[in-house]
Formats: sequence, C-alpha cells, structure tokens
Amino acid sequence: MNTTWSRFNIVSLVIGFAFLYLPIVLLVVFSFNESRLVTVWAGFSTKWYVSLFNNKSFIDAAWVTIRVGLISATCATVLGTLGALALTRYTRFRGRMLFSAMIYAPLVMPEVITGLSLLLLFVAIGFDRGIWTVTLAHITFTMCFVAVVVQSRLVSFDRSLEEAAMDLGATPVTTFFKVTLPVILPAVVSGWMLAFTLSLDDLVISSFTSGPGATTLPMRIYSQVRLGVTPEINAACTILIAIVAVGVVIASIANKRREVQKARDEQAAARH
Amino acid sequence: MQKLIASITSRLVISVPYLWMLIFFFIPFIIVFKISLSQVTMAIPPYTPTIDIAAGWQGLINSVSQFNWDNYTFLASDPLYYKAYLSSVIIAGISTFLTLLVGYPIAYGMARAPATVRSTLLMLVILPFWTSFLIRVYAWIGILKPEGLLNQFLIWANVIHTPLNILNTNTAVLIGIVYSYLPFLVLPIYSTLEKMDYSLVEAAEDLGCPPITAFWKITFPLSLPGVVAGCFLVFIPAVGEFVIPDLLGGSETLMIGKTLWNEFSANRDWPLSSAVAVVLLALLVVPIVLFQRSEAKAQESEK
Repeated sequence: MNTTWSRFNIVSLVIGFAFLYLPIVLLVVFSFNESRLVTVWAGFSTKWYVSLFNNKSFIDAAWVTIRVGLISATCATVLGTLGALALTRYTRFRGRMLFSAMIYAPLVMPEVITGLSLLLLFVAIGFDRGIWTVTLAHITFTMCFVAVVVQSRLVSFDRSLEEAAMDLGATPVTTFFKVTLPVILPAVVSGWMLAFTLSLDDLVISSFTSGPGATTLPMRIYSQVRLGVTPEINAACTILIAIVAVGVVIASIANKRREVQKARDEQAAARH
Repeated sequence: MQKLIASITSRLVISVPYLWMLIFFFIPFIIVFKISLSQVTMAIPPYTPTIDIAAGWQGLINSVSQFNWDNYTFLASDPLYYKAYLSSVIIAGISTFLTLLVGYPIAYGMARAPATVRSTLLMLVILPFWTSFLIRVYAWIGILKPEGLLNQFLIWANVIHTPLNILNTNTAVLIGIVYSYLPFLVLPIYSTLEKMDYSLVEAAEDLGCPPITAFWKITFPLSLPGVVAGCFLVFIPAVGEFVIPDLLGGSETLMIGKTLWNEFSANRDWPLSSAVAVVLLALLVVPIVLFQRSEAKAQESEK
C-alpha cells in the first residue's frame, strides 16, 4: 500500500495531539509552582506534594480507591470474561438478546442513571452503603468493558484448537485453562487494566453508591475543586497521572518483549 | 458423561454473568421506575409507599394502588425540566459534531501514517483516556479562567486586550465535552479507516478524480460505520453528562444530568429524580438500541 502522508495529515496530527496533551502538561507543570495561584508561575517547589502527603483525608481516600479498584477489577475481569465467552461461544440461548443489550448498554449509559438505579437497589434491599456497595457498583459497570475487550479477541480465535483438545478428552474447564486462556490472556490483562482505571476514575457512580467512611479519591478531589483550584489538587492529579503512565509503559514494554520472544520461538521452530 | 459436564459448564458460563447483570443492572431500572411513581416524604427511605413483603398480597395491592403519575405530570408542567432536556440534547448534538470535526482529521492522519509509527500514534491517543476524566476536566479550569492561561496567552500575543469570559459558559462545556470524549470518536473511525483498501482511492485519482471528491465519494462512505459508532459513543453519555456542566458550566448551563443530581442531593426528592431518570432513559433508548445493534453487527461480521 502506498501511504501518502501529506502535510495536511501531519498538521492535523500535531494540532490534535497538542490539544490532547497541552492541558495535562500545564496541569503537571503548575503542580510544581511555588505560588498558591495555579496560573502564575513563581518558581519551582515541591511543597504541595509535601502538604498532600500530610493531608490524612487524601491518603485515606487513596487507600479506599485502591482497594475498591483492585477488588472490583479482579471480579469484573472474571465476570466479563465469562460474559464474553457466553456471547461468542453460545449463539443460541434463551434471553440472549437481553443479555447482549445488558452488556452493551452500560458502555454508553449516562452515569447519573446507573448510579441512581444502583443506589435505589441498595436502599430497597437494605444494604448499608459503604465501601462494598461502591465495589459492587464498579464491578457491574466495568465488567461490560472487560466483556467487550475479551469478546473482540475471542471472535478471531481459532476454535479448532479447542475442538482438538476436547476430542482428546479434555474437559471444557481444562480446555479453557490450557488452550483458550493462554491465547486470550493479553485481552484479559488489558481488560483488567481498563476496569482498574475506570474504577480509579469514577466519580458519579461512586458518589451515588458510597456511604460514610468510603470517600474515594475522585470524590475527595471533586469536593476540593468545588471550593477552588489549588496546586495541591494539581499535585494529586500529577501523582495519579504518573501511576497510570508508568503502568501503561510497563504494559507496552511487556507486550513488545512477548512479541519479540514469540517471533524468536517461531524462527527457532522453523529451523528445526 | 462428557456431554453432561459440557452442558453444566455452558450453563454456568452463561448464567453467572447473566444473573449478575439482571440483579445489578436490569432490576435497578425496575426499582427506579417503581419509585418514580411514589411520593416524597420525610422518612428513611424518603419515599412512600414502600413495598412491604411481610404485609402479603393485600399489602402489595394497597401499595400499588397508591402509585400515581404525579411526578411525570409535574415534569411536563414545569418548563425547567423540558428546557433542561432540550438543551442537553442540543449541547450533546453540537459537541458530537465538533468532536467529529476535530477527531476525523486525527483518525485520518493516523490511518495514513507509515505503519511503523501507527502503533505509537495509537498509544498516544489512548494514553490521555487512561488518565482520570475528572483530572482532564479540572485541567481546563486553570486554562479557561478569566485570569487563566488562555487569556494570559492571548493578551500577551496582543490578540485581545480584555480577558474573555469562557469559564462558566456553554462554550466551556462544549470544549470540555469535545476534549474528554475525543478518543471515543477517534478510535472507531481509525479502525475502519485502517482496514480500508486505499487502492480504491488511488484508482479514482488515476481516473482523474480530484482528491477531495475521492475523499467524499470513497473514503468517507467507507468510514461511515466507525463514524456512526463514534458519534453514539460521544452523544449518548454527553446528554446525561454531570461533571462537565457542573465544573465548567455556569448558571446559564441547563443540563439534565445536573438537574437530576440537584433533585437528588440538594432537594432529596428521590421519586422526582427517578422520574427524571426514566424520561432521560426513554429519550436515549432509541440511540442506545441503535448503538447496541451496530456493535453486535460489527462483532458478527468479524466472525
């Protein structure tokens, strides 16, 4: 294919990426500002990070967020993978239409509706609101994202491998763990990461479903932002960005390594 | 024996996620609908009637007979709600169009880029999506404030002399939505454009078709599935958006997600906020079904 990469394409990419990144870069830069104002540069300082680490409510909120994120992402990955299997492997079962609607709808459902409906469910069954209700809510909306990510990998999966394993007497469960899972693992891992960051990020659904003592970091940041913009929030945001950036870089390096290893293995196999 | 195990596993695989979604996604909607027919009271929970299973069949009938459509008549009679729905749809529509204007050239530029840089570009588009939504909206407050960075820059560059008032207006809300939802639109368009057979365009150009005509007659129609999916991914959540109008919008910004939140948290009127949610859902049910169909179709065609 002849790729003509015209000047127009390059200009639109440069402007597009500047638009995407400039606000984040400015936010990070001003977290190191000496002045209390976030818009006037007054020299380099890390004092906002120090005051952030002395702020107990922020630290508590960070722990709540991490716990909710780890538990909900793990449960959502299991449930979402099962959901993806149900959608791709079993094309005919009663209520499949409803099931696929329930998987796709949360992807676009306004968060205020999901949050309100979950809250009313917890109230109706008399479940005290707290860290567990937030976790259940997060599992529910993130598992759909996992299901979609895993499903896109499953549709391109060569099913004859599974059939061969079953013909040789493997049970469906053994087949799944020995044949299917290793192949779809990259999708499952990126599904977990997506679920984790969505959980880390969520404000609206958490605010509806949370109770006393279960303030997540976005809720904490939000209530602070409403009082005014401070460099301390910039510092908190910068730390979150740094965590995500490190995670993404590690994941992509691991991915590259695996690909290189795979190519090497294939070469070695071809030589024998 | 093996058949039996296979059938048990298949049942488990289907029923576990199915039941989960029924309990935590489907049933809650029924509860929302039920409460939207109730009345607000000063109690815990703050609505009446509550269905008491212990009261038996007669109790259920008693509760159901107290249901009424008052909340919906109220929504219809107060122009505030009608205006909030309308302005949410308009703001979401305009911002979807603007996102398309900004996002399409990016997706096109990525798809036409040399294959070696394409995966890097893809990661660069996804990366901001991994950073918190709230953070990205917050970042714009510092830029759009009257004494913010945009005004400082424009005054320094001698473009303007008095600062522009952008923060706390609908313009700020539009900027916020375009910025936050951009990756949702770029990615589906990119994936259709990347799969496209570019030799079709070359053939058209060889036959004397000007590049712009070739774009509108070949490239754009072929990318339409991606455009449609991307627009749904922006439009539907944007209609119910709460954080962006709350942080970037002002008193003139009327959006239904914010109205719902206020009814719920400030006025503690759960039945009315449920009615607002039911009407919002009714408004979005057509685009949601269309989106779900187009996604399911895309998955089927890949098989």
